[in-house]
Amino acid sequence: MAASDEASRPFAGLSDVSISDDIAVEGDISVPVGPSARRDDEFSTLDEPVRETVLRDLRAVGKKFVHVLYPKRSAALLRDWDLWGPLLLCVTLALLLQGGAADSDYQGGPQFAEVFVIVWFGSIIITLNSKLLGGTISFFQSLCVLGYCILPLTAAMAVCRIVLVAGSGPVSFAVRLAVVTASFGWSTFASTAFLADSQPANRKALVVYPVFLFYFVIGWMVLTFSPSQ
Amino acid sequence: PHGSEIITGFGSLSEFEEAGNLLEANRDATTISIEDDEIKPEKQRQAAAFSPAGEDEDPLASDDKTELLSGQKKSVPFWTFEYYQRFFDVETHHVKERIIGSVLPWPGKNFIHTHLRRNPDLYGPFWICTTLVFAIAISGNLANFLTHLGKPNYKYTPEFQKVTIAATAIFSYAWFVPLALWGFLLWRNNKIMNLVSYSFMEIACVYGYSLFIYIPTVVLWILPYEWLRWCTIVVALFLSGSVLGTTFWPAVRDDHPKVIIAIMSSIVVLNALLAVGCKTYFFSKPEDLLPGELSSATEVTKAPHTT
Repeated sequence: MAASDEASRPFAGLSDVSISDDIAVEGDISVPVGPSARRDDEFSTLDEPVRETVLRDLRAVGKKFVHVLYPKRSAALLRDWDLWGPLLLCVTLALLLQGGAADSDYQGGPQFAEVFVIVWFGSIIITLNSKLLGGTISFFQSLCVLGYCILPLTAAMAVCRIVLVAGSGPVSFAVRLAVVTASFGWSTFASTAFLADSQPANRKALVVYPVFLFYFVIGWMVLTFSPSQ
Repeated sequence: PHGSEIITGFGSLSEFEEAGNLLEANRDATTISIEDDEIKPEKQRQAAAFSPAGEDEDPLASDDKTELLSGQKKSVPFWTFEYYQRFFDVETHHVKERIIGSVLPWPGKNFIHTHLRRNPDLYGPFWICTTLVFAIAISGNLANFLTHLGKPNYKYTPEFQKVTIAATAIFSYAWFVPLALWGFLLWRNNKIMNLVSYSFMEIACVYGYSLFIYIPTVVLWILPYEWLRWCTIVVALFLSGSVLGTTFWPAVRDDHPKVIIAIMSSIVVLNALLAVGCKTYFFSKPEDLLPGELSSATEVTKAPHTT
């Protein structure tokens, strides 16, 4: 009795509480189909219309585009990585780089597959490099950031093609050079804003340089695009 | 008298090693060399504290010491991620020092011993090679553009396919030549007991860093002046070749003279071949005409005949 007295002392105030009979204190183990099913609906996306699914992903991609345009470190962007945006940007860039000066027997611009190889293998190599140097960012997060930060360069490519329609003299070249340089700087700045924090301070430059080289090469491809006459 | 005094003679190299080892163990000791008329304990103590030998460096003593002091390096299998992480254990200032050491060769200073110190990295060689590949492709493209600027039939193309060719050339040089050299040195080590032996990673690291001087060289080649290109190639070859030469000299100097000449000359010749080959293939001479231009030139000269 002494033991139960000591045990019940913390619950002393409850001694006068009585449980009414109509509260169910017993149940069964079967899956509830009543009101608690509502909580499941928030996670189960199997029953929603396809339009809803597509729109949700598009909204996520669009939100990340906005993050790239106004780069500031945001944990949400890194946590919810996705590779739709990079794929979309890579395909757009590769398509816009087509139709260049490609004589059949002379060397021309990068082929569609070459753009893909450079973007994806470049991103993978930079990610491996940053992980080998001891970075704390995960593999796919880094691919996601690098891919999304191609957005300014893709926009520059679209602008360059429009400018090239107007003419391809020195003035148009100067305009294209300015646009490509600005977007290259923007891309590098945006991606280092996300990536550099994950490295120890004495290796930041070692991680930033390959990113710089990557966007420089893409910028070069954009700038040297020359249309076939 | 302070501490213990170690008296050595310069009779043989091994005695000097012993002195070095003993000195490392007991830093207060003074080394008195019998051949010296003047005893300079301070200077020798300092010299010994940095390295057991003077200019005539014998690294075996320091090799033993560092292996014993640094403990055992964990050996992980080569298919794990951690194995490769070992080769990225460098910081920004390490890479900077190594790059500067690769363009300023110092007679007697060995790149591997001065800068690598048994910590070869793959970061430097890989990114230097990649940068060099793109530098060659971009500079070659720009140089061609400047060379043919103003010619009426010239159509600018980005010549992107040259990147793959440049990449194949540079990366094969940076990996297969060190592999061959390492294999050859290993074979000679079996025949002649050499005091100096380099691991494959150290040789690949030296070769990678020795390519750094070509990056500014290639950028200078954009200007379409032949004399400038030849001057810069000679300077770059000299610097790069001397870095490689001073690095591999201690490894082969105990060998048969013919072997020494063979190895040193092949190191230099392969380096020169790479440089001249890149220059010839990617950077056309100002007098060269494109095939399209040649045919259009003949068309222009043909036209008056028909009229």
